[in-house]
Amino acid sequence: MRESFEEELKSLQQDILQMGSLVESMLAKAVESLKNQDSKLAQEVIKMEEDIDRQEKLIEQNCLRLIATQQPLAKDLRKIVAGFKIITDLERMADYCEDIANITLRLADKPLIKPLIDLPRMSAITQKMVKSALDSYVYEDVELAYKMCKNDDTVDHIYAQIFRELLTYMMEDPKTISQATSLLFTGRYIERIADHATNIGERVIYLVTGEKKELND
Amino acid sequence: MKAGNKVEVKNLNLYYGDHHALKDIKLKIKSHSVTAFIGPSGCGKSTFLRTLNRMNDLIEGVKITGEVCIDEKNIYDDSLDVVALRKRVGMVFQRPNPFPMSIYDNIAYGPRVHGIKKKNILDGIVEKSLCQSALWEEVKDRLHKPALGLSGGQQQRLCIARVLAVEPDILLMDEPTSALDPISTLKIEELVQELKKYFTIAIVTHNMQQAARISDDTAYFLNGEIIEHNDTEVIFTNPQDKRTEDYITGRFG
Repeated sequence: MRESFEEELKSLQQDILQMGSLVESMLAKAVESLKNQDSKLAQEVIKMEEDIDRQEKLIEQNCLRLIATQQPLAKDLRKIVAGFKIITDLERMADYCEDIANITLRLADKPLIKPLIDLPRMSAITQKMVKSALDSYVYEDVELAYKMCKNDDTVDHIYAQIFRELLTYMMEDPKTISQATSLLFTGRYIERIADHATNIGERVIYLVTGEKKELND
Repeated sequence: MKAGNKVEVKNLNLYYGDHHALKDIKLKIKSHSVTAFIGPSGCGKSTFLRTLNRMNDLIEGVKITGEVCIDEKNIYDDSLDVVALRKRVGMVFQRPNPFPMSIYDNIAYGPRVHGIKKKNILDGIVEKSLCQSALWEEVKDRLHKPALGLSGGQQQRLCIARVLAVEPDILLMDEPTSALDPISTLKIEELVQELKKYFTIAIVTHNMQQAARISDDTAYFLNGEIIEHNDTEVIFTNPQDKRTEDYITGRFG
């Protein structure tokens, strides 16, 4: 029954997964570009963002078409609605990656006030969260979604630590304020990306169980 | 206009000869609500609808056990007046079936049978019923023309008006829009929303979207059983039984 519709739902998931992998690699590249002061890599990230916007529009159109032509119900409906929301989360994540890339460009001609260690660490955990979030969506794995959301606490924790550390830099030497705020913003952007990953986790839980859970506290 | 349950069905079983068509049905229908019955052909939903005004009594070889209580009184009680019951529980069918007489006479027919003769009272009933069924504006200038000259959608609303004319409590609708075009269908659906203020409505429909649009509760029938009965929103967004899910998402049947 409804084989072509099943196919379409599968390919919708594949498209979302592909968009997600792109965001994942954007985050890796954005933070790497900042760490290595690599303007070329930052430019690449900014270019990727256009691709994400294009994909978001395409998937959104697809969701709308499926709703209009197939009148999905129950789990089919939840799958499409979850997808519809997830791409918004992914698109926001990509925007943050672009913001980080822009910071790289801004800081490119001055040496960094300190080698970056915690930001890449925070970013690595967040990348893993994004990957787990997408896996939990594709495999409809609620347990994975819950586990992934737990990592959000670690990310928040590192962010608080970065905040304190940068504050000491700024108090010691006001000339670092401009760069330190940029780095602080970077931390904030990564922290927001992790929040969006937990949003995806919530959507997955809704998709599988039909229940709306709040996992961001 | 009492709140609470209008209908309560207790352990209802129905047999067509050897065939066990309804199995141990338990169901409550809230006052002033719309309850939709969905399910594949032959699942028993229309049979069940007909048990609510004892239309199955007319079919040979039918045996019924259990109770159907309307306002807490079992309608299968021997002392019950079946004619009075059918006045309280009106029914609209799949195909519009107006009598071959004028629009006016179609609606006045029931009240006349029940002994109302005065023209001014009948005039009032005809106008009120036609207004309630959202047909008045379209037919007020040709009340004495043949009802069969109306369009299909108008005929169906006339049939609804004919039921309303005897002031029932409960309205049973057996696929009332399956023979109508989309516009007439929407008119009937709008009408159902309006009518539930005054009546309790049970509707059998094969159109899942229609059930989702117009009902408060939905019951899913399969092989003579009620598999799931829940808020319509729950049935269509998060059904609790796998068999309901399979049916409404089109993966069964």
